[in-house]
Parts: sequence; C-alpha cells; structure tokens
Amino acid sequence: MVELIVNGQRRQVEAEPRTPLLWVLREHLQMTGTKFGCAVGACGACTVHLDGAPVRSCQVTLTKAAGHAVTTIEGLSPDGSHALQKAWVAEQVPQCGYCQSGQIMQAAALLVTNKKPSREQIVTHMNGNICRCGTYPMIVRAIERAAGEVAS
Amino acid sequence: MTTQLNRRTFLGATASLTLAFPLVGSAPPAEAQAASAPLNIWVTIGTDNTVTIVSPAAEMGQGSFTSLPLILSEDLDADWSRVRIVQPASWDSVYGNPLYRMALLTSSSFSVRGYYLPLRIAGAQARRVLLDAVAARWQVPVAELSTEPNTVVHRNTDRRISYGAVAMFAVLPATLPAITEKDLKSSSQFRLIGKDVPRVEVPLKVRGAAKYAMDANVPGMLYAAVLQSPYPGGSPVTIDDRSARAARGIVDVVTLPDGVGVLGTSVEATRFAKNLLRVTWSDAPAGAYDSDAALDEFAAVARNPAVAGVAYEKQGDAGAALASAASVMRAEYRTHHIYHGQMEPLTATVSLSPDGSSAEVWAGTQAPSDLRTTIAALLKTKPDRITLHQQFVGGAYGRRGSHEVVIQATRLAAAAKKPVKLIWSREDDLRFGRFRPATAHHIEAGFDAGGKIVAWRHRVVSESVLNFMTDGQTGTKATDRIVMKGTQIPSYGIPNKLAEHVIQIRGARLSSYRGVGNGYNTFAVEGFLDEIARAKGQDPLALRRALAAGNPRAIELFRTVAAMADWERKRPGRALGFAFSEKDDTLNAGIAEISLDRPSGKITVHNVWMAIDAGIAVQPRNIAAQLEGGICFAVGHVLRERVDIKKGHVQQSNFYDYQVTRMADVPHIEIKVLSTNNPPMGVGEDGVPIVAASVGNAFFALTGVRLRELPFSPEQVLRALA
Repeated sequence: MVELIVNGQRRQVEAEPRTPLLWVLREHLQMTGTKFGCAVGACGACTVHLDGAPVRSCQVTLTKAAGHAVTTIEGLSPDGSHALQKAWVAEQVPQCGYCQSGQIMQAAALLVTNKKPSREQIVTHMNGNICRCGTYPMIVRAIERAAGEVAS
Repeated sequence: MTTQLNRRTFLGATASLTLAFPLVGSAPPAEAQAASAPLNIWVTIGTDNTVTIVSPAAEMGQGSFTSLPLILSEDLDADWSRVRIVQPASWDSVYGNPLYRMALLTSSSFSVRGYYLPLRIAGAQARRVLLDAVAARWQVPVAELSTEPNTVVHRNTDRRISYGAVAMFAVLPATLPAITEKDLKSSSQFRLIGKDVPRVEVPLKVRGAAKYAMDANVPGMLYAAVLQSPYPGGSPVTIDDRSARAARGIVDVVTLPDGVGVLGTSVEATRFAKNLLRVTWSDAPAGAYDSDAALDEFAAVARNPAVAGVAYEKQGDAGAALASAASVMRAEYRTHHIYHGQMEPLTATVSLSPDGSSAEVWAGTQAPSDLRTTIAALLKTKPDRITLHQQFVGGAYGRRGSHEVVIQATRLAAAAKKPVKLIWSREDDLRFGRFRPATAHHIEAGFDAGGKIVAWRHRVVSESVLNFMTDGQTGTKATDRIVMKGTQIPSYGIPNKLAEHVIQIRGARLSSYRGVGNGYNTFAVEGFLDEIARAKGQDPLALRRALAAGNPRAIELFRTVAAMADWERKRPGRALGFAFSEKDDTLNAGIAEISLDRPSGKITVHNVWMAIDAGIAVQPRNIAAQLEGGICFAVGHVLRERVDIKKGHVQQSNFYDYQVTRMADVPHIEIKVLSTNNPPMGVGEDGVPIVAASVGNAFFALTGVRLRELPFSPEQVLRALA
C-alpha cells in the first residue's frame, strides 16, 4: 500500500511502485479527468500538479508521487468555478475536449506564478500541450480573459 | 419535401407528451415502418415544461450534438433554457441521417446538412400537435393561436399556456399533422438558428467530467493490450509468450487473427507484458509497401496518359480541347500520408452475455450503425443484440468510422469470458493508423489564342480509401469520391473538364481524413491556378474572379477575404497567397501570409484570413471555431506532418517523431462567416483545404519558387530553393 494525497485527500493505492501516476489516478482511483494521450510526456493531456508545479503524470511514478500533494482537474475547484474554467466556458474553448483537462492544469500553474502573462509567455508555457482540434487561439484568449479577471 | 408522420404516438406513463416518428428524407427503412419496431422517440414534452430532444450525432468536437436539437427547437418554438439533449435510447436507423440512407454515421460534415430540413419539419409537427390540443380545449380556431417559447398564446382572449401544461391533457392524433416546407418559420422569425448558444457539453469538459470511451469502467473487467501485425494481412506465426505470461498481473495471452492480446488486471501490467512478447508474422502483400517508392510510381502513372483513369467529373471533351489548344501548361503535385493523431488513442470496452450472443460496447464511434452490424456479424447475432454506449469522442477526423479496436476487444472478451477494456498505446494508434492516402497529381490546362482556359484535365493517382474499407472489393474499376472530392471545381467556368482517378493497389491502411479529397486536391488545383496566373502575368485573384464570374457567391467570398487581408498591400519580407475551396456546396476562400527563414528553410505562417459561405449559418460562432481549428490542424500537415512506410512498417512512433501543430506554430486567424439564404452545409472539414495551397502560393510570391509536394518541411524547402 502506498499513500497518496490527491486533491487534499489521503488515498491508499495498491500498485507496483513504478506504476505511472497517470494510471493510478485513472484506473486505480477512477479519477478519469486526467487523460492518457501519449505516455511519453510529449502531449500534456495527463498534466496534473505536484506540490503546485505542473507535471506529466505519465512520467511520475507512484513512488515519486507519494507524500506530495497531487492536484487533478477534479480538484482545481470544487464546482468548475476556477477563473480558467469559467474563461474556458466563456470562450467555448473545448471541441472534442479530450486534451482540455491538461491544458487547464498547465495554464493554472502559469497564472500562479505570472498573474498577467504576455502572449509570448503563454505560448512558451503552453507549447508542450497538444490540441489536435486546434483550439489554440481560443486557449490563448481564455487564459488572457482569466488573467484579466485574476489581476483585476 | 412533405412529411407525413405516421408513427404511433402515445401519452406516456410519466404523463409526458411524447412524439415519435422517423425523419423522412429518403426512403424510410423497413424496420422503422414495421409495427413491431421499438418505439423511437425524438422529442418529449414533460409536464414539468422541459423539452427533451434526441441528438443522434457523435459529439467529437464539431458541436452538432447541440446544433441538431437546436434546429428542431426552432420550429417547435421551444424555450432553449428548458431543452434537455439526450442520446438515442437505441441506435436504431430511425435516428439515421437521410444523406446516408438512414445510417447513423457522423462524417463528411453531413450532420447539419442531412438532418436540417427533417428536424425543422419534426419541430413544426410537434408544435402543431400542441396547437391542435389547445384549440380543441379552448374551443378556438387553431389559426388564432400562436406560440412564444414553450408557450401557446391566444391573443384575442389574452390566454397563455405552457407546453408542459398542454402535455397534461394533450393526446396525440393517430396520424400526425402534415407539414411542408412552407409551414416552417421564415428566417426573420428565427429565435435560435443564427443566434449563438453555448455548446451543452462544454461545462463537463472543463471539469474533466465528460466521459470518453477511455473512461469506461465495467465491474469485473480485465485490461488488454494487443501486439499487432505491422502490416495489414499479417498473422502471428510463432509466439513466444513465456515472459509475458510470467509477468505480474497477467491473466492470459490470446492469439488474434491480426495480433496477440495480453489480458491482465491493470493497464500497467498489460502495457509491460506486451513488450515481452516475441512474435513473428506471416507475409502479406502490404508487407512490401514502401510509401516513397509508391509515390514515385504514382507520379509516373499520372504523367503517362496511356494508363487509363476512371472519370469522376466530366464536361465537354478535355482531351480534344487540349489537343487543339493554342498552348498547354502542365504540372505535377504530390502529397504524402498523414496521420489523424486524435488525442484519445483508440479504445473500446466490451462485455458479452454468457452465451456470447449479445454484447455491450463502450466506444466513441462516428459510425454506430456500422459498429453494431460489424460486431453482430462477428458474434453471428443480430445488430439489435449489440448495445452501444456511445461516449464523447476524443477526436476523430475520420479515424473513428472503422472498428478494428472494437473487434479486437470483442474477441478478447469472448476468450476471457469477462468484460475487457482494450487500450491502444499511442504507438499502436500511429503504427496501425489508417492514413490519408499518398497522392500524385498531373494537371494540364489548355488555353485558347486569347489565353483563356478552355480545357482542364486533372489525373489523381492513389490508392482507394473505399477499396481499403471494403477489403479490396471495390478494386480499381471505380473512382473513389473520398479521394476525388475537390477535383470538380464547379464554380470555375471551364468548358472542357475531366477529373479522373487512376487507382493503384499497394495495401496501405487508409481512411477518410478531415477534409477528404479537398485536403490534397485543392492544394494541386489552386497551386496550379496560381502557376497559370503567374505565367500569364495576371493577379491570382483576378484569374479566379474571371473563372468564377458565373458564381456570385464565390465572387463575394473573394471580395470579402481580399478586403480582410488587404490583398494589394505589399509587406516587406512577407507575402500572401490565395486559395479557394469548394466541398459539397460549402465555399470558402482563404489567404495566408508567410515569411521564410532562408538558412533553415523554415516557413512561418503569420496570418490566415478566411471567408466562408456554408448557406444558413446555424451557429455562426461555432462555425468560426471549427474553421479556426481546421486551419490550425492543417498547418501541421503543411509544415511537416508525414508518415513514412518502409517494407510495410510505419516509421514514426509517437508525438516526438510525428510532430503535429503546436501552439507556437499557430498563425493569427480571422474568419468571416457569411450567412446566405441557402441550405446549411457542412463546416467541420472546411478549414483544412485552403491552407496548403495558400501557403504554397504565398511561398511562390515570396521566393519565385514553386512547392509542389506536401509537406513543406525545411528539407523540402531547402531542396526547392537550391
């Protein structure tokens, strides 16, 4: 048994120590908001926060995650009321939606350290997250909208 | 079109007025007419004043899950805030798309186009039933009644009643009222069509709460991974599965016709054990396929008129007109395979009944009808024994119209006698992808003495997507509309036109792909037109204006996009390129602005402007979003995406060596949606086609060098400049 702290709750997990956090979250804990896209850290669909920093959960083992605070899309806000989630709805960002948990988690980490990112900073920060539907321009608009609200 | 609704209707146990009918657009299928068919419900008006509407389209990001019920709501005059959208309770052909002979298939941007008129008529019929019920109860002529959202109004006596209250007493007539197109609202009366509403599933998607096939969880299920034959037609010959079977968490290893399945108690166990399998594969013709060599062969065939093609579009006599033309220009274009790269790798979960005669399937599919037919055939049972739990689709772009992953999961569930969740890895999804076909194009234009184009012959040489999808049944005798779309160029008034398809067979795995034939044919056609304009010293837009003089819709788009881009303005270090696309009566025009880093050969796309006329714009904001997304999607195709196949083996593996569009690649994009009083057409694919040609044409404007092969990778650019 390994103990994880996910969205502030202690969870016991029975899995091999080297199991990627991605599968622990999705299949062992049935928290399926975190998505599997590539399993090699190349797409960002599985992005969660580890002690507040964005990480690709496919690249973090259960052992490494143990004892650290894991935040997933389900824990970003209790009811979808995070400024980014509201901005994502206002801009109607998602199309297929599969990558958007990862996009939002990646963006949330940016706004913690940079309340008013420039467009260039947004692109640099978000470039590891793929959206195959091509919602990139809307993602940028939503981040700028949320940043405006956070900053004001 | 007239619609006579003859389905039984009834006052349900919940005292809700329930309307049930087939949409009439083509001949209704026999099963919809049979008295024993399950009752199929399109719209339910609850006594709580809710309106529940079925949406049969797969929601894969294109928004039709929302827009189809919105269309029905318009002529029902439903209060959109009281509308609930549900999936069909059964995937019966009564919910099918008239454009697909009532099959359930979300593809080719056909959903709004195919369902629009039938859904509007259905809404009007439901409204008329409500009006008739109120007229009878209030003893007033029905003509004196009108509606406001979810409310029937009698102005003369200032009485109002909600739809929910009507549902308390209304009884449906044995025969539903006949409604014709003239009974529908005029566009000036629209409350919903043309007014943007939020897509209903978006709040779920920003909370990680939307359920995809990847999220299925069935009690007692096993996980599965499959090692597959690297080329189509290969089967396992020798299997060394000792290490895999000995791995922790592995329950069984199962031989499949096209691979070897590993069953286990966790995803991580099956992913690990799959890599321990040692398998040799039987030979198959596709095992010799080399995509580079094939494309060279296709190009040779394209330029050899002795190899006959099959006409797809024919007007006048292009051959004779070319022979007698004052002058002729020719060019060759080529495109390589590309991969869908939908973010959710293929996956399915299947649970079989103990006797194996029925199945429950959790999947995200573009083709519910085909899924049920295919799995029923596999299980030697009937389609109505296949229950589909349709999930939100994590990207499709044409990839999810075929069901090999569901077939594999079904076979594994049968072997395991337990439910099985099969997840393809990203590497599986790419290596066993079904790609956009590699194409070679040879185009000739013949001119009269005045320099006017009087003849046009476009030969496309490729494998056939349809042939692959029908297991080779189609052969080489037919043309393939999936490949050939975009070659008709109907707006261009050229008296002698021939578009012909020369089908070759090599055995690549192929599929429909967002944009279908327009994705490469528009590249060739619009690139070649740009060549003609440059050779004649003509403005490329002026040439298009002259060719499309008979089509005011096209001319308006040219004018609009030229104004958006400020076409005449020169910009130092950058250049503009124009392209036009026409697909199933959706017309759009685009202009790209690019620059080039000459030492590296890297193209940057700075701006794309697009104007579209897809008829009545049902949801203008969503149309713009679809086009913007399609442009972003296609930028990767143009700049670097390419699948190489050697000896049948796909050479790329994952997103590190198959580089799709990322945020840093994305240009500034402006879209203008012109809503015109024409039937609404598709838009989901229409951002894609103009990108390659407009970028290529801008490249010529910038450098004087023509790029005739996709993708415009730095290597290709440097070769062309050398």
